[in-house]
Amino acid sequence: MPSLKQYRTRIASVKSTQKITSAMKMVAAAKLRRAQEKAEAARPYAERMSRMLGSLAGSLSGGAGAPALLAGTGRSEVHLVVVATSDRGLCGAFNSSIVRGARAHVRQLLSEGKQVRIFCVGRKGRDQLRRDFAKLIVGSMEDVGRRSLSFADAQRITDRILQMFAAGEFDVCSLFYARFRSAITQIVTRQQLIPFAIEGGAGEATAAGGAVYEYEPDEEQILAELLPRNLSVQVFRALLENNASEQGARMTAMDNATRNAGDMIKRLTLSYNRQRQASITKELIEIISGAEAV
Amino acid sequence: MADKVEFELVSPERLLLSRSVDMVVVPGAEGDFGVLRGHAPLISTLRLGVIDVHDAGGVSDRIFVAGGFAEVTAERCTVLAEQAVPVADLDRAGIEDEIRSLRDSLAVADGDAERGALAARIAVAEAKLAYA
Repeated sequence: MPSLKQYRTRIASVKSTQKITSAMKMVAAAKLRRAQEKAEAARPYAERMSRMLGSLAGSLSGGAGAPALLAGTGRSEVHLVVVATSDRGLCGAFNSSIVRGARAHVRQLLSEGKQVRIFCVGRKGRDQLRRDFAKLIVGSMEDVGRRSLSFADAQRITDRILQMFAAGEFDVCSLFYARFRSAITQIVTRQQLIPFAIEGGAGEATAAGGAVYEYEPDEEQILAELLPRNLSVQVFRALLENNASEQGARMTAMDNATRNAGDMIKRLTLSYNRQRQASITKELIEIISGAEAV
Repeated sequence: MADKVEFELVSPERLLLSRSVDMVVVPGAEGDFGVLRGHAPLISTLRLGVIDVHDAGGVSDRIFVAGGFAEVTAERCTVLAEQAVPVADLDRAGIEDEIRSLRDSLAVADGDAERGALAARIAVAEAKLAYA
């Protein structure tokens, strides 16, 4: 049975923990709003980019001269798995569920006899993956978007990916991140980056424009610029989604933690009061029985 | 708005401009081109330069863009710019400082990739200076 003093210190410590978690929840909520705004602001660019790419790919489809970023290397022996997680913890199952998704994918690829390389964005994912696949990790990047996530961050990642692709270090590249649905649900998503999968089919894009485009300079040159750019845009979008998801997950986790701390304080206060009353009663009994004995 | 063209300027971070205007002059990779309503569908890359937005009988907006793409259809003109800054917001002294610090880091940079990236940034900054 803990003493009264022990109860008091327990309650004080849980209270200060609760203060921290509720402050973190507040901060996460504010950051979440900003992250969501940013994700929405970036949407028009990504949409127009994929529309443009769709019409270009449509006019090139079937051509043997399609660049490797679009058509792939024709093999699927070596896979690069990019895992985007956060640098910080205390955000519920956010990081572990991304890592779990990635790990399952890597295991499946390995069992199919493929080679796998892993590139980690974010400290938490790297730490968790290092336990199982330390030999497969080819690189990692931290402090992405520490202050605020910018397109340059995405470009840095893309540059690394493109460098490796140009050096022929992998054939297929996919990206793991958590898509933001709400503060409560985040969906772990796998997106194939290389070769690029065009959404909605190529035929539709030319039909939407109603006419065939002219190209200036020519299609190959535009594609050569557009494809790496599109890669950065996809990575950027994934990072933004991830950022929003992280804040959402943290907000929910911290909300739960605050509530749990509240429950704990209630329980502890109850036991404390009971103990206090018990000791008062005990003292009274002692006084009364002492008085009676005289 | 029978004779207007829908102009949209988007950078990766946000939508900068979206409205219907009389004409836009876009700095294409192979020369500037003006877009009026009914322009033939075109996709072009951009070079460093300034987009002139003509509206209500004059130039209403001038925006500096660095690299990107323009997509033109009969009704609209969409510019996806890597960097976009309104010319009025270009600050001469700030850009000169930027060029100086970039030159300094170029002098100590090692590795071709880093040097190339710095040189590209200097080129962008110098182009900005020309319009500031």
